[in-house]
Amino acid sequence: MGEVSPLVILVAAIFTNNILLANFLGMCSFLAVSKRIDTAAGLGAAVIFVTTFTTAINYGIYHHVLVPMELTFLSYIIFITVIAAFVQFVEMFVERFSPVLYHALGIFLPLITVNCAILGVSLFMIIRNYTFMQSIAFGFGGGVGWTLAIILIAGLRQKMRYSIVPVPFRGVAIAMVITGVMAMTFMGFAGMVTIQ
Amino acid sequence: MAHSGPVVCAICGGSGPCDGKGRETLRAGVWVTNPVSVQVLGVCSALAVTNKLENALVMGAALMFVCVGTNLFVSLLRNVTPRRIRMIAEVAIIATFVIIFDQILRAYYLEMSKQLGPYVGLIITNCIIMGRAEAFALSNRPVVSMLDGLANGLGYALVLGIIGFVRELMGTGALFGHQILGADWYTPNQLMILAPGAFIALGFLIALHNAITGINKPEGKGN
Repeated sequence: MGEVSPLVILVAAIFTNNILLANFLGMCSFLAVSKRIDTAAGLGAAVIFVTTFTTAINYGIYHHVLVPMELTFLSYIIFITVIAAFVQFVEMFVERFSPVLYHALGIFLPLITVNCAILGVSLFMIIRNYTFMQSIAFGFGGGVGWTLAIILIAGLRQKMRYSIVPVPFRGVAIAMVITGVMAMTFMGFAGMVTIQ
Repeated sequence: MAHSGPVVCAICGGSGPCDGKGRETLRAGVWVTNPVSVQVLGVCSALAVTNKLENALVMGAALMFVCVGTNLFVSLLRNVTPRRIRMIAEVAIIATFVIIFDQILRAYYLEMSKQLGPYVGLIITNCIIMGRAEAFALSNRPVVSMLDGLANGLGYALVLGIIGFVRELMGTGALFGHQILGADWYTPNQLMILAPGAFIALGFLIALHNAITGINKPEGKGN
């Protein structure tokens, strides 16, 4: 993957290889939070921030500590610890220095540790063998793509409150079907750029 | 220390090591509060690996293994784990079992490990396991906790099996790679093995479960 420009990876991570709609990551918090646009945007902002930084930290740890010491089998436990610690740190930092931001993002931060999009981005980075700049582009793009998808679907679900949905489909079932339709529209971007 | 619940356990008769909760626990995990189709937890992997029936079953086995192991150890350590750090302790236990399964899969079944890609590692963030550890293993004895892990793992594997069956059959006309529907009359619907098919298949499965059990919220319309 050495030759692909980080910019291409950024665009691909947002549109063609959307982390939610093509790789199914971050579904749990997606279903819980995609009922209103403003909460969706708040969680999205927190996800973009955390994925970008944890990808960079995990890249450093994997390539400069785990690989030289031949401890790559420990990568899962190290990655999840880094993510949990980073989220905890951000929470304390934001609470101390920006109470406004804390009230906007605070409630979403604990949710993020168990958001599989964050861990997924780090794992894809290893599997696809990205360079440092590519990893950051992928981390940022993955977060932006996830946010884009969740805001679009929150918009649809907000409108859908006024529609009459067949009884068994009410709730999560219809949200899944809408997400499927949204995934179909994102497939229209396929062929624009591709990454493995 | 046997306290009999409202339903007498069919497995131990209410006096065995499962505290009389065995039958209820199994029924809850597999059907009544099925982790995927009722609680809608852990759907990331349920969607991602179900393009083939074989992948779906291996993933189901992985989750069952991790869930039983995690519940056992969380339950054994429940009286010595300080409450404030229980989350990180749970994550460490989960990650250990995931690493064990991942290493076994890599050693004996490398192709499958490559096909599942990051989704084996992502079991760590699978809400089902954390949810069972928090909601059940922290307040129950080891044997019944293991049973709960097994039941939820079974419920998950069952849903994955059904989705994997439908998607592989409709998407390629084959099962386990063997052609079932004749190529001369059946045109595979490739959408089913792509991402949208996964969402739509799970949506219909949840609706089906709701229709059978009659679960729905009369007050809400769209949401």
